[in-house]
Amino acid sequence: MADISSNFLGIQSPNPFWLASAPPTDKAYNVERAFEAGWGGVVWKTLGEAGPPVVNVNGPRYGAIHGPDRRLLGLNNIELITDRDLEVNLKEIIEVKKRWPDRAMIVSLMVPCEEHCWKNILERVNDTGADGIELNFGCPHGMSERGMGSAVGQVPEYIQMVTEWCKQYSNLPVIVKLTPNITDVRYPARAAKAGGADAVSLINTINSIVSVDLDNFAPEPTIDGKGSHGGYCGPAVKPIAMNMVAEIARDAETKGLPISGIGGISTWRDAAEFIALGCGTVQVCTAAMTYGFKIVEEMIDGLSDWMDEKGYRTIGEFQGMAVPNVSDWQYLNLNYVTKARIDQDSCIKCGRCHIACEDTSHQAITSIVNGERMFEVIDEECVGCNLCVNVCPVDGCITMEQIAGVDPRTQEPIDPDYANWTTHPNNPMAAKEAAE
Amino acid sequence: MASEVMRDVKAGRLEQSEYAENFSDIHPPLNAHEAAVEADRCYFCYDAPCMTACPTSIDVPMFIRQIAADNAKGAAKTIFEQNILGGMCARVCPTETLCEEACVREVAEGKPVKIGQLQRYATDVLMREASEHPFERAPSTGKRIAVVGAGPAGLSCAHRLAMHGHDVTVLEAREKGGGLSEYGIAAYKSVNDFAQEELQFILDIGGITIETGKKLGADFNLADLTGKYDAVFLGIGLANVNALGVAGEDADGCEDAVDYIAGLRQAADLSTLPIGRRVVVIGGGMTAIDIATQAKRLGAEEVTIAYRRGQDGMNASAYEQEVAQTSGVTIRHWLQPKAVVQDDAGAVAGIELEYTSQANGTLSGTGETTTIAADQIFKAIGQSFDDHPLAGSGLDMDRGRIRTGDDRKTNLANVWAGGDCVRSGEDLTVVSVEDGKIAAESIHATLTA
Repeated sequence: MADISSNFLGIQSPNPFWLASAPPTDKAYNVERAFEAGWGGVVWKTLGEAGPPVVNVNGPRYGAIHGPDRRLLGLNNIELITDRDLEVNLKEIIEVKKRWPDRAMIVSLMVPCEEHCWKNILERVNDTGADGIELNFGCPHGMSERGMGSAVGQVPEYIQMVTEWCKQYSNLPVIVKLTPNITDVRYPARAAKAGGADAVSLINTINSIVSVDLDNFAPEPTIDGKGSHGGYCGPAVKPIAMNMVAEIARDAETKGLPISGIGGISTWRDAAEFIALGCGTVQVCTAAMTYGFKIVEEMIDGLSDWMDEKGYRTIGEFQGMAVPNVSDWQYLNLNYVTKARIDQDSCIKCGRCHIACEDTSHQAITSIVNGERMFEVIDEECVGCNLCVNVCPVDGCITMEQIAGVDPRTQEPIDPDYANWTTHPNNPMAAKEAAE
Repeated sequence: MASEVMRDVKAGRLEQSEYAENFSDIHPPLNAHEAAVEADRCYFCYDAPCMTACPTSIDVPMFIRQIAADNAKGAAKTIFEQNILGGMCARVCPTETLCEEACVREVAEGKPVKIGQLQRYATDVLMREASEHPFERAPSTGKRIAVVGAGPAGLSCAHRLAMHGHDVTVLEAREKGGGLSEYGIAAYKSVNDFAQEELQFILDIGGITIETGKKLGADFNLADLTGKYDAVFLGIGLANVNALGVAGEDADGCEDAVDYIAGLRQAADLSTLPIGRRVVVIGGGMTAIDIATQAKRLGAEEVTIAYRRGQDGMNASAYEQEVAQTSGVTIRHWLQPKAVVQDDAGAVAGIELEYTSQANGTLSGTGETTTIAADQIFKAIGQSFDDHPLAGSGLDMDRGRIRTGDDRKTNLANVWAGGDCVRSGEDLTVVSVEDGKIAAESIHATLTA
């Protein structure tokens, strides 16, 4: 049986599934329930500086978008960092870590961008027995208005500066949590690395308004007639998160920097995809907030079973395996020609492939053949775009197949050799030899 | 043959609460949550097979998408645009042989989207919550049209004509409008006086006057109408009930199913309806199913449907057969009536049936017989067109019904016909609605040409 234990920055956990810093990790009660359920670790909900705790709104804190059957696809929140007393949090962290020594205990931190503030909080956290700290440079709402959270994460120089302080005042591994609310995630990641960060974690939530109440004309969640942008998370953000993870994993300057992946991870497969893109652990929040902690059982079994099936004995054996295959568009093989193929036995004749292609693409799928309702690909028109595959409600009914010989669409022979845009005759900047 | 058991036909076999339960809505309506969950299952197919399967061509994917997008009233309007009796059709259509049979999820999973239930949800919401009729009348044309028969065909035609700005007078022989919706549909399919509610909803468009108790051939003739109105639509249904053609048919207790159902539908108190302890129904269509199921639900102990062909020969769908069977009705096949057995008083004591077999498409009796003891027999072997009220009118007939073209126009100038009295398709409410609609459009085109 596969060994799914994780060693991230020297922090051991029985599995790579950590709960992200968020409401599920705000207090001992929740965290211990999570450990009982099997979670490998937690990032304790962000602590602020000593003194009167922050306050939260007393109206609704969350908004959501739903898919069919009200499946929660995206969640948005305007909750701030922990609103519990620092002393209570620290005491509970100590106790919980003592009781659960085999689980990863990371403490998330956010204090003002002043050296003494970081020094003070780190002195307290260093004594808790925690395994590491995560710097919350990500929250896009509320705290950012006070110069913290994403307000720091959006300025690479600040990231580097604070990271340096943390390395100076703590011996604990430092994980810098990045905000996606930037234009190019590689810059903050590079800054974190330059500051001495042991790892980055990403993504934090995305600035968002999830819905507008059309009776009151106010964003939701609505607090007394007003709404504020909140942080967006859940399955809907996974593609954005994975791209950012991949960008850091393959960037020459940050290559090899450990990554804890976050963003819409809901199943073992999501986790495996993040790990394949280079992550050493993954952090989960929305899925737990939607279904409770028990989902980790599916994640543990699923990952383990898949690894057994594939013959991977440890997570390290497939970690980062997809990174070399993340490429730039210009290097994609333009001689790789595919056509859609519709399996008539599994086709249920809904016609969505036809209308999608007919209305919005290349008029490459029939609706009637010999007077019968039938959906077949017209190879002469098919550009291999994959839209039909994506809109088909039956998994596996439509597939893309590579063809060789002459492309019926262009009437041109297909060159069996790799060739990309860098040498394409239509490219005014074309080089003579294909770059790889 | 003298019966040894006393004939037992009586009213009040059940407690009031049992009648209420037995005749409550057979498919309780979906609530908003159930409708949302079900609407999410629709794939919004291209050139949707469900829409093609609907005789009135309701844009099913669109109305379901409207429900999913929290616009149930818009959904209802989409339905009513094609079928103003969409509420009744949602209750009585054999969806399992129409839209739901065609649903791609029937192909994929054997579980079609519950189109009928969703249609009922949307139409119920609009009829319950809308402050006004969903359609506006066009400016008055000054044209006057007579519609004979206030059943589904006539009402559909009247509504469409009124919408186009014509003034419509509907002449109805019975006391109430609604036709089979009011008098023929099984009670548990149309509860809470829905037929009358729907009738009022249709009339709310304005421009339609109903005159009840006016019978064609008795109170007026077709020629009276053609002289007075710009156009006439005949939606007069099938007035005759087919006879068994066997000895003893007139015995006390041998009744026409449609008459009994009409009485049941009009009964203020179901406990006043006499029903036999042992009931035999002859027939294999929807009426046979409806009378058998309702007889059982009125407290009959044994109800047997005897049908002369096999199961797949029955006009009633497999689903409807199941409804009867799960209500406790026994369905027997390959039996045709030979004679009604009478007791000393000449009343029904049972029925003698002859076994049948089919060879090369021809059905014949085997000569072997069996007798089922019965206190009551219901004849449900079909209805036929009664042409007497139209005697001398000059209307062409087609296999015993009124002949029309595709536009439902008869051979007579300015006379159209539709519904069960013509041969346009299956004898279904939804087909009648379509006939009325087609005829109305044809009348409108003719009068405004």
